[in-house]
Amino acid sequence: MDLISQLAWGATGWGDELAYGTLLTIQLALATLPFGLALGLLIALAQRSNEKSLVSAANIYTTIFRGLPELLTLFIVYYGGQIALQKLINLFTDTYVEVNAFVAGMIALGLVFSAFSSEVFASAFKGIPAGQGEAAQALGMTRWQALRLVTLPQLVRLSIGGLSNLWLILLKETSLVSIIALNDLLRNTNLAVGSTKQPLFFYSVALLIYLALSLISSRGLGAIEAYAKRGEKRVA
Amino acid sequence: MSDTAARYIEAQSPPPETMRKWNVARFAGWGFCTVWILLVCGLLWSLYNSFDPEILTRYLPKLFEGLVVTTQLVVFAIVFGGLLAIPLALARMSSNSILNGLSFCYVYFFRGTPLLGQMFLIYYGAGAMVEHLEAAGVWWFFREAYNCVLLTFTLNTAAYQAEIYKTAIESIPRGQREAAETLGLKPGITFWKIIFPQAMITALRPLGNEIILMVKGSAVASVVTVFDLMGATKLAFSRTYDFNVYLWAAIIYLSIVETLRRGWVRIETRLTRHLVR
Repeated sequence: MDLISQLAWGATGWGDELAYGTLLTIQLALATLPFGLALGLLIALAQRSNEKSLVSAANIYTTIFRGLPELLTLFIVYYGGQIALQKLINLFTDTYVEVNAFVAGMIALGLVFSAFSSEVFASAFKGIPAGQGEAAQALGMTRWQALRLVTLPQLVRLSIGGLSNLWLILLKETSLVSIIALNDLLRNTNLAVGSTKQPLFFYSVALLIYLALSLISSRGLGAIEAYAKRGEKRVA
Repeated sequence: MSDTAARYIEAQSPPPETMRKWNVARFAGWGFCTVWILLVCGLLWSLYNSFDPEILTRYLPKLFEGLVVTTQLVVFAIVFGGLLAIPLALARMSSNSILNGLSFCYVYFFRGTPLLGQMFLIYYGAGAMVEHLEAAGVWWFFREAYNCVLLTFTLNTAAYQAEIYKTAIESIPRGQREAAETLGLKPGITFWKIIFPQAMITALRPLGNEIILMVKGSAVASVVTVFDLMGATKLAFSRTYDFNVYLWAAIIYLSIVETLRRGWVRIETRLTRHLVR
């Protein structure tokens, strides 16, 4: 078929462009993940603190990044970051700087991801009985030791389900970076459509690739979840 | 007796307030709060400093027009999507494997792919099929970017809402249906009078989240030349290069989402007041 040949590798088809775009989409999602998870855990810890100022600061953070449209967050980070960085640099020298679109995408998606993952962590913390913390204290553990040895290992098991959902959302949201001209899967598809005038075919292919990515990752995450919960399995 | 007690123990003044210790949490909390305060000050300073009545009078009405478009899009999409979602949810739960499989594929497709990509597929796809659509007599609908976006949002939210309704309906114990059958009620009456009202209460919270997601997601409409709130903001920014319009838009979006969230919690407590123990 004529359309299939459009997907050829190399200069004649768009297969390699779509593949590189897919690679960039995966890279962006994977790069965002540790940043978003670490920040989300810190925010969740802050929300559990006895210190009121820390709790309210963390609540402001989650309210803002859960409430703003992801696209707007991305624009504010990308354009606002550009302006702020330029002003900062101009204080010292007058070289022109440009914010890397990949980094801007990573920061924006990471901020949103952390705001949502902090909620997941917060509810996972609630699933761990307070008595365990008291028992750890009674055994003479420091708070850090109790967190590291008692709470965190269980937190993984309790939060993996919610985090899997967030990962699937993140994977889809990476498509927004195509708007700030980062050559992810969707933008390379846009380019292919622009040159071949075959929107139905190429967008269908792109959507199917996204679908395959989420299918594969939900399988993988399901396996990880089953592994994390292997202790919960009932023996008949 | 009371005299002697008063002699031995004199009235005491309360102990002096001890300063709370500075620890990591307190330091971090104060630091974090300071950052927020500085950011708010920076925001206010930026809004004040670049205050230009001409920009304001020219673009603020545009932002409000955009707000109206965003509201319309979200309300229509949620309502039409909801109407589409109920048959979808019923199909998802039916024992007919073809109906079940089709609705599963529909839901999986729309939940597994980005909204932006779905919108491109419908908008540009319709553009490439002008002759076919004209022949079918529906080109007038697809000609407008607004309609394409509304269609995308409706189809998208229908998939999410179908999943919400399915979970909610399945949460109603099977015994209720059986009891209704024993009492001789018809399946239709059982569904509308017994299952559906209870399921809607379970569905209330995820439905509220879905509305909020739709408000936020609707910002992508701006990419295909629809002047919703985000579109109007982008237009104003491209004309004025005044970054503050994005901050205005952020404030508007945040207030909508927060109002919705708090309002929804109120509605939920009101509707579930008979369930509170």
